[in-house]
Amino acid sequence: MTALSPRRLVLKRLLRHSLARVSLVFLALLLLLSLAAPLIAQLRGIDPSATDLFRRFEPPSAGYWLGTDDLGRDLFQRLLDGGRVSLLVGMAGALLSAVLGAVVGVFAGYLGGRLDAILMRLTDGVIALPLLPLLIVLAAIDPRKIGVPAEIAQSETFSLYRIVVIVGLTGWTTVARLVRAETLSLKARDFTRAARALGARPLRIMFRHILPNTTGSLVVATTMSVGTLVLFESTLSFLGLGIQPPAASWGNMLTGAQELLQQAPMLAVWPGLLIFLTVIAFNFVGDGLQDALDPRSERR
Amino acid sequence: MTRYLAARAVQTAITLALMSLIVFVLIGLMPGDPIDMMISGDPQMTSEDAARLRALYGLDKPLLERYLAWATQAAQGNFGYSRSFAQPVLTVLWPRLLNTLQLAGIAFILATAVALPLGIWAAAHPRSRADYLINLLCFAGLSAPPFWLALLFISLFSVSLGWLPAGGMAEPRPGASWTSSVGQQFRHLALPVLTLTLVQLGAYTRFMRGAMIEVLRQDYVRTARAKGASERRVMWGHAFANALAPVLTILALSFGGLVSGAVITETMFAWPGMGKAIYQAILDNDYNLALVGLLVATFATILGNLLADLAYVWVDPRVSLGNDAP
Repeated sequence: MTALSPRRLVLKRLLRHSLARVSLVFLALLLLLSLAAPLIAQLRGIDPSATDLFRRFEPPSAGYWLGTDDLGRDLFQRLLDGGRVSLLVGMAGALLSAVLGAVVGVFAGYLGGRLDAILMRLTDGVIALPLLPLLIVLAAIDPRKIGVPAEIAQSETFSLYRIVVIVGLTGWTTVARLVRAETLSLKARDFTRAARALGARPLRIMFRHILPNTTGSLVVATTMSVGTLVLFESTLSFLGLGIQPPAASWGNMLTGAQELLQQAPMLAVWPGLLIFLTVIAFNFVGDGLQDALDPRSERR
Repeated sequence: MTRYLAARAVQTAITLALMSLIVFVLIGLMPGDPIDMMISGDPQMTSEDAARLRALYGLDKPLLERYLAWATQAAQGNFGYSRSFAQPVLTVLWPRLLNTLQLAGIAFILATAVALPLGIWAAAHPRSRADYLINLLCFAGLSAPPFWLALLFISLFSVSLGWLPAGGMAEPRPGASWTSSVGQQFRHLALPVLTLTLVQLGAYTRFMRGAMIEVLRQDYVRTARAKGASERRVMWGHAFANALAPVLTILALSFGGLVSGAVITETMFAWPGMGKAIYQAILDNDYNLALVGLLVATFATILGNLLADLAYVWVDPRVSLGNDAP
C-alpha cells in the first residue's frame, strides 16, 4: 500500500463504510438543495411564502411537486426552506457546543486541581438535569426581560440565534468529558513535557499542543451531536417554542399536522421523514468517522 | 455506607436548591405574569387594580426576594398552589407522577427486556448480517423524532385503522366490569408505550452490545475459552456479569430521566403525566406547578443517579463507595 497522509487514510476508510458514504451524499445533496432553495423557487416561478386559500391540499403535480399545504404553499419549497433552517441550527449549535466543551474539557484536564473538580461537578450537574423541560423553559423566556430591545427580540434572525444558543448549551457536556479524558493522557506524553520544558505557557500548550491532538474525537462527537441538535430544534419548533412561523422549519411544519391527519396525511410524513433521514445520516457519518479514526478497527 | 448516603443526601439538597433558584429566575423571565392573565380574563380591571394585585401577590418585589420567600415556605413543606388547577401543587402532581411511572415503567421494562438480549446477541455475532441489521435498527430508533413517531402511530392505528384510541386515559365507567376497564386502560396505553419503548430501544441495545464487546476482548474471557468453557458459559457466566455494570448505570440514569423526558409522548397522546403537566404549566404561566414539577423531575434524575451508583457496587464487587478517588 502506498503511504497515505493520515487525513487521506481516514477519508479512505470513512468512504469504505457504505452507510457513511450514502449518508454523506444525502447530506451534501440536502445542503446544496436547501441553500439553493431561493434560486430553485425563482426558476420554478413559485413564491414559497405566498398563501393561496384556493389551492389548499393540492395533490402532487407538475406545478407542485409534492402538493401544497393547508395554506396553499408549495410543500417542496417549504421543505427546502425548513431544511436550511434545521441544518443551520444543528450545525451551528454543534459547533458552539464543541467549542464550549473543548474549552471546559481542556482547562479541567490540563489545570486539574480545584478548577477540575468544579468544572466536572458542573458538567455532572448539567447532565443530571431534566433536559427537555428545561429547554422548554429556556425557549419560553421573554428576551425583553433580559434587556434585549423589542425590535431585535421580535426579528427572525434573533429567534434563529436564540435557538442555536439554546441547543448549543445542551451539547457541550459530552465533548467536555471527552476532551478532559484525552487531555489527561496527552499531558503526560513526551511532546507536552518537551513543550513545557521549552518554556511554553499553559495556554499555548493547551491550545497548540493538546487540543489539535483531540481533533479526531472532537469531529466524531460534533458530527453525532448535529443529529441530536436537529432533533432538539425540531422538537422545540414543533411545540411552538423554536423557529416561529411563517418561517419554515421541519419541526413547525408538523405542528398543525395532527389536526389535518384525516385530510392530508402526507403533510405529517414529509417533514418528519426528512428530520429522521438527516439525523440518521449524521449518526452514520459519525459512526463511520469513529471506525475510520479507531486504529483498532484495522485488525478485523 | 451510611456516611456515603448522608453525603449524597447533602449533595442532593444543594443541587435541588440551586436548581430551584435557576428555574425560579428563568420562570421569572418568561413573558407575562399571573396578573396579566387576570387582566386579560377580566376586562373591567383597571391598572390600579392590577398594581394592587401585584403588590398583594408580592409580584412587585425583586426576583431574588420573591425566591427567598418561596424557598422559606418550601423548606417548611409548603409548595404553594397551582393557579390553573386551584389546588395545592403536590395534590396536582402526585396522581400525574403515578401516571407517568405507569407509562414510563411499562415502556422501560419492555425496552430493557428487548434491548439486553438483542445487544448480547449482536455482540456474540459481531459483523454478521444480523448484527448489521440490529445496528441499523438501533440507529433508526435513535434518530426518529418521538413526536413524529407518535404522529405516524396515531395516523395509522387511530385514524386509518381505527384500532386504538389516539390519546387520553380510560375513563372509569360505572357498571363496567373490572376486566373491561383494565382492557380499556391497556388500549389507551398501547400507543404511548409503543412510542416510548421504540425511542429508548436503540440506545439501550447499543450500550449493551458495546459493553459486551468490550468485555469479550478481555483476557479472562480468552482464558475461560481456553479452559474449554462452553460458549454459553462464557457469554452468560463470564462476560454478561461484567458487562452489566456499565449498562445498569445507563439504565438507571435513563429511568430517572423518563419522569420528565416523556414530555413529548405524554403531550402527543394527552396522557396526564408529569411531563405534560410541566409543559402545560410553563405555557399557562403556572409558576408554582412548573417550578415544583421541574424539581420533582430533577429529584427523580438524581435518584436515578444514586441507584446507578448503588447498582454498580452491587454488580461489580471491585468498586467500593468508600474511597471516592477524584
